[in-house]
Amino acid sequence: MDKLKYFVPSFVFIALAILLWRGLYLDTRTLPSMLIDKPLPTFTLAKVEGEPVSNSDLPDEIFLLNVWGSYCLPCLIEHPTFMRLSEEGEIPVVGINYKDQNELAKDWLDTNGNPFSFSIEDLDGRFGIDLGVYGAPETYLVDAEGVIRYRHVSVLDETVWNQEFLPAIAELEARSN
Amino acid sequence: MIPELGQFSLILAFCLSILLGTLPIIGAARSNMVWMNLARPLATGIFVFLGISIGILAYTFVTDDFSVQIVAAQSNSLLPMHYKLTALWGGHEGSFLLWTFMLSGWMLAVSVFSKTMPIEFVARVLGVLGLLCVSYILFMLATSNPFMRIVPLPPGDGSDLNTALQDFGFIVHPPTLYMGYVGFSVVFAFAIAALLSGRLDAAWARWSRPWANISWAILTIGIALGSWWAYYELGWGGWWAWDPVENPPLITWLLGTALIHSLAVTEKRGVFKSWTVLLAILAFSGSLLGTFITRSGLLTSVHAFASDPTRGVFILAILVIAVGGALLLYAIRAPQMKSEFGFGLVSREIFLLANNVLLVVSAASIFLGTMFPMIYQALTDDLISIGPPYFNAIFGPLMILLILVLGVGPMSRWKRTSTSYLVQQLAKVAAASIAIGVVLPLLVLFEISFAAIICVVLASWIVLSMAKDLRNKIANKETVSKGLRTLSLSYYGMQIAHIGVAVMLIGVGLTSYFSTERSVLLAPGATVTLGSYAFRFDGSEATQGPNYIADQATFSVSKDGNSLGELYPERRIYLATGTPSTEMAIDAGFLRDLFITLGEEKEDGAWTMTVYVKPFVRWIWLGAIFMAIGGTLAATDKRYRRLRQRKSARDITAKEKIEPDSLQPAASP
Repeated sequence: MDKLKYFVPSFVFIALAILLWRGLYLDTRTLPSMLIDKPLPTFTLAKVEGEPVSNSDLPDEIFLLNVWGSYCLPCLIEHPTFMRLSEEGEIPVVGINYKDQNELAKDWLDTNGNPFSFSIEDLDGRFGIDLGVYGAPETYLVDAEGVIRYRHVSVLDETVWNQEFLPAIAELEARSN
Repeated sequence: MIPELGQFSLILAFCLSILLGTLPIIGAARSNMVWMNLARPLATGIFVFLGISIGILAYTFVTDDFSVQIVAAQSNSLLPMHYKLTALWGGHEGSFLLWTFMLSGWMLAVSVFSKTMPIEFVARVLGVLGLLCVSYILFMLATSNPFMRIVPLPPGDGSDLNTALQDFGFIVHPPTLYMGYVGFSVVFAFAIAALLSGRLDAAWARWSRPWANISWAILTIGIALGSWWAYYELGWGGWWAWDPVENPPLITWLLGTALIHSLAVTEKRGVFKSWTVLLAILAFSGSLLGTFITRSGLLTSVHAFASDPTRGVFILAILVIAVGGALLLYAIRAPQMKSEFGFGLVSREIFLLANNVLLVVSAASIFLGTMFPMIYQALTDDLISIGPPYFNAIFGPLMILLILVLGVGPMSRWKRTSTSYLVQQLAKVAAASIAIGVVLPLLVLFEISFAAIICVVLASWIVLSMAKDLRNKIANKETVSKGLRTLSLSYYGMQIAHIGVAVMLIGVGLTSYFSTERSVLLAPGATVTLGSYAFRFDGSEATQGPNYIADQATFSVSKDGNSLGELYPERRIYLATGTPSTEMAIDAGFLRDLFITLGEEKEDGAWTMTVYVKPFVRWIWLGAIFMAIGGTLAATDKRYRRLRQRKSARDITAKEKIEPDSLQPAASP
């Protein structure tokens, strides 16, 4: 019995290894399928800039919905991509300022540049809950009818844009034609 | 043709690793001198061939050979030469070759600096390292070949090194971190060799102590460099973010810190033997786990390389075989390890045990926090995230307890210390620390801040108890200088490393609570003030670098009307990819850093910007430098270099029996 205690580290490690192995096959980047191909939840909130905003203010073309916050460090990494997309007019980007403070959010946009057509202010994270947001950053591809078509969790850089979003958009456009 | 030579060299290193991983270990089991003596030449051979391999890879980067996949992905013809060279470790494949090369470097070091150890021990240590080498090179050849070509049509130019990596920090941080990380493989190999030999006395602890100390010192510097780099380059002004990939080095560091203390007890007193072996295995597991997390895409993070489950499975297999095998060997052999001596309830052993428990608990809670989202998802399919509040809430209090113990530990004696002695020695120290802690922040800040008081009290506690201990130790010597000379290098090492803790504590505490920042839109000629500092914006102009164009702003900084000079933050556009990047300007100071990040240009030459004042932030890294110097000094203590057989724990006890009432502890860890 006394000797058995020395096997405790081995047992713990075996359990951990099984979890790690299971973890490898988990997809942390895609949405549980239930919200895909469903319309965006309805909302009536304020923009970070102040005016009220609801579903009807969303672009009537394919657009990106990006969850961001001034506290979110990885958001700075994907930020240049969104700046490029909006500057080059490639696709409209709407922001969701998730669980942030208005002052800090405005400062962040002033300091780093504002790639968003506007940002929806989700102070208490309720809209985020409806949407199934995991954390910032996160980006949704929404079509002209306001239906969620694709979701990407974590940083959206040029690679992700080229490899995941461009094909998804191409597919959507092919379908609507 | 040339890249294929690199590949060929890698394969040769692989063959030699297989020999090193088998022959010397079998030789040691069968007392075959010839096979055991193969260990050193084989280790040298692996080092040479991996050196040729990485040298050739560097050559392909320097000569812009874009037919090699990773050169095309990570480099560009416009890249300055020093970044071309270091772009080698800008991706998964190259950095893993660097990692493996570091391991062979450590192997070479072991084969050179092991003249005093018995050959069968050296053969086993190098054999275990050889086995690690086998798995690493196999991993490269099978899943991540750095010499992979692009056929048939190589691109005309490369897609450039990630702009965030084009910085001095990228040149120094990864190699240093890897070197420290891989160093713990050596200590692991020592522990496995000891388990294999069944010779589980204090000798292996004495032999591995310098290696543990050096690896720990290098890892300390590696982590500090990463923190410093994140602070100034990534424009975040943050020096620690509890990122899932920042955490494993910290976990390894905490376990390593526990290990170097536990090794001291095992060497000096012959107790905690099986615990120390376990710690050596755990510290190594931490480093391997870090590799697993970064390279498998298990957790999403800013550090993560491109994710690939095949690689993940492979590294997990290495992890299972190496760590699982080691733990199994431990479970079989550990019951043979009996502590030779007991110790009292108040003794240095107990304080070091407390140190170990606190460090291991903090490592475990950080590990849990890092892995929990994944574990939770594996069990429930739901997603959650764990952020800095969790880590701060757990780590802070544990470190406060650790620092309290830190003050008492060095002053206590091995085996048994009377409580009244400790109270007598430390009552004044405690009173003085509290007094300093309350008064000093009040004088500087003119306000009562609980956080500042805690930090200064604890820092004073460390420094004053050290000073008191030093005074006790030289009290009965004729002169101070004579007394100071009699103390060992390892004692000074301990002192300096502990003072490093105090310095870092001040840095961490004061920066966290007293940093200020302000975001503004400024037209040229306008001034923004922050505390007693004024920043005047003198306008911006376009400049050009080797592979970027930039807008450079000029700021005149002054404090209470006295000019402090000019700062030049930039906003760059890298030409190869068109990616913008912010270069902050920093006025670094001993007591505070000022820095400015540039936002966007608005109409009429006005810019948005953020200015920051960060008090004492340099002390964080200064503390790490102290710790590293301390660790290095302790490792270079001359008793490790003596050729003759040294005293065992038994002899030290015999000596203590002669002078049981000596005021000094037998020696210092």
